[in-house]
Amino acid sequence: MLWACLLLPQLALDGVLRRRADDSPLVLVDGAANARSIVAANASARDAGLYIGQRLTAAQALLAQFEAIPYDPSSVARWQQFLAGVAYRYSSQVALLPHAIVLEVSKSRSLFGAWAEMERYLRHDFTALGFRHHVAAAPTPHGAYVLAGIGEGLAVFTQEALQRALDDVPLSRSRLPASAVDALPRMGVRRLGQLLRMPRDGLQRRFGAELLQAMDRLSGERPAGLDLYLPPDAVDWRFELSHEVENVAALMFPLKRMTTDLAAYLSGRDGGVQRFVLRLEHRDAEATDVPVGMLSPERSADVLFDAARGRLERVQLSSPVLALRLIADDLPGFVPAGRDLFDERPANALSFEQLRERLRARLGDRAVYRLGTTIDPRPEHSQRLDTHSQDFVEPRARPTWLLKRPIPWRGPMQILAGPERMETGWWDSDPMRRDYYVVETAQGQRAWVFCAAGEQGGWMLQGWFA
Amino acid sequence: MGAVVALSNLLDARQVWRGHAAPLADGEQPTGCAALDAALPTRGWPNAALTEILLPADGVGELRLLLPTLARLTKGHRPVVLIAPPYAPCAMGWRQRGVDLQQLEIVDTEEKHVLWAAEQCLRSGSCAAVLTWPQQADDRSLRRLQVAADTGRALAFVIRDRKHLTNASPASLRLELDGAPNTLIRVRKCRGGNPPTQAIPLGHVQRFSGEGRQMAAAMHAVHQRVHGAADAGPRGNYLQRHWVDSKQSEA
Repeated sequence: MLWACLLLPQLALDGVLRRRADDSPLVLVDGAANARSIVAANASARDAGLYIGQRLTAAQALLAQFEAIPYDPSSVARWQQFLAGVAYRYSSQVALLPHAIVLEVSKSRSLFGAWAEMERYLRHDFTALGFRHHVAAAPTPHGAYVLAGIGEGLAVFTQEALQRALDDVPLSRSRLPASAVDALPRMGVRRLGQLLRMPRDGLQRRFGAELLQAMDRLSGERPAGLDLYLPPDAVDWRFELSHEVENVAALMFPLKRMTTDLAAYLSGRDGGVQRFVLRLEHRDAEATDVPVGMLSPERSADVLFDAARGRLERVQLSSPVLALRLIADDLPGFVPAGRDLFDERPANALSFEQLRERLRARLGDRAVYRLGTTIDPRPEHSQRLDTHSQDFVEPRARPTWLLKRPIPWRGPMQILAGPERMETGWWDSDPMRRDYYVVETAQGQRAWVFCAAGEQGGWMLQGWFA
Repeated sequence: MGAVVALSNLLDARQVWRGHAAPLADGEQPTGCAALDAALPTRGWPNAALTEILLPADGVGELRLLLPTLARLTKGHRPVVLIAPPYAPCAMGWRQRGVDLQQLEIVDTEEKHVLWAAEQCLRSGSCAAVLTWPQQADDRSLRRLQVAADTGRALAFVIRDRKHLTNASPASLRLELDGAPNTLIRVRKCRGGNPPTQAIPLGHVQRFSGEGRQMAAAMHAVHQRVHGAADAGPRGNYLQRHWVDSKQSEA
């Protein structure tokens, strides 16, 4: 077993920052209305001297212009769920710990390579989505969780190495129950190694079973007991905008983020999306729904963004938008299109299937078809839509154009070949007794005409040898 | 003024120089008609470009000109698309001439969508050739097709009535067909060279078995194949299959 832990130190702040294009000073504030204090600050706010724990009034005295956004505890859980969905791409065993995601990666090694490789993938994905993270790997999930808290990129692969790595961890970083972490340093126990070597019965008497269980989970002697993450079957994300937006163009940046997130989520789930709804929420008026539908399931961020942008740009906003919501109830499976290794088509080519879908969407479901031949000699029955052709190839000459139905032909003409008697179809409702001739018209066209068997008159035009 | 300057002196002094047309790729898309290939500066259809074919009437040989090319293209990976053909292609007739019907896509549409569909198919890059029969197409819309054909590296064929000959066209190649049954091809415009002055005979007029002979003896020939097939297999199955076929085609 090898568990990776992604510690997410500032989920709430990252969740807010990733929705803005600029990096003007911004802080998250929490607390009672008369005693608000800063719980998170972005880099430019910290550069200006703001720090976590500072009173909002003190910060305002220090810096004239900064944005203070109320801290939303529910957003932390929401982002954590979202990132678990992204991590689900790498492992079927993903679990949530406070401010962290752990995933079992030893079974994914054959797909993604050794840990160093896997670490690179994880870091790339999380960086691209805009979330600060610390990564560690250890044989137990709680071990990885502790290691992620003390250093960047620590990885231990055996139980003994984990033991050694844990020995030096200060108790304050050990993520053990708070009562023990408070009391033990006063008893002279400052390192995790010391604690792990203490007599267990004494510890149990003093701190209860809870501490021992936590210690056992850390070393792997007791199952981790994690609730594994299951990706939900529907997506309903809400992005609150920082100000009221009256112009659709201003929705493009959040939309881009949302569709990128959707693509990341879908590839984590190995699925696609064919239909989703963008809901624009207004202050007083009814929300505006913008349905987005595609011809086949898609999960590429660009395709999703293009499809959504096309629909959104046509919307006339009746009132300012406060929030953008993305709802996708149906997430069908996704089969990526296969391409030849030596593809001779231009680089930006559409596949023919995509082209056909596009044509059908505009011209009707039956607008695009193929023809196949049957073994029936009657011209009206000799070909059918969307069938595989029979192997039989008619030895007699057949024209290249067929009229949809024969029309009378009265012009002067000269017989070139014929007759070819067709006397068939007696078994169904369309029996036929005709003589077919190839004739040349006055204009020089070659025509395929027929008349009743045995007569040479009352000509009907059936097709052209064009 | 008045002094006569030899052009060769100017050319030698590099004061005047000759422009050269971009070299044309030769013979990438043979037409299947050797005389026509030889007459065209591209030694075949202009690749990834628009070709206009002007007809005095339907059925004078436009498919005789095109089918060898279509037969060759349908052997490849990319399909050939027919957009709103004036008649139904006779599947058996096309097969007799070597066209793989599995790579032949037909788009039925109203006149107002014909050019849109043609442009989509050409631009997509997934079609080898697109044949279209627009009733109304102006200079502007043909230019769009020309650009789309270039983008999607496809052959575009526009087949129209001869009356459009007087209108200017952005097509790389304009052919006029004349005088069936021994059809002549007149090249009206070809990019990359002067159009040949001579009309080119469109070869291989199909000879029909017994053409020009009296056919009285054959008058009573009953359709042999039906009887042959009926004898070959269990009669009941054969009839049933036909019955199902005809029901489906009615539906």
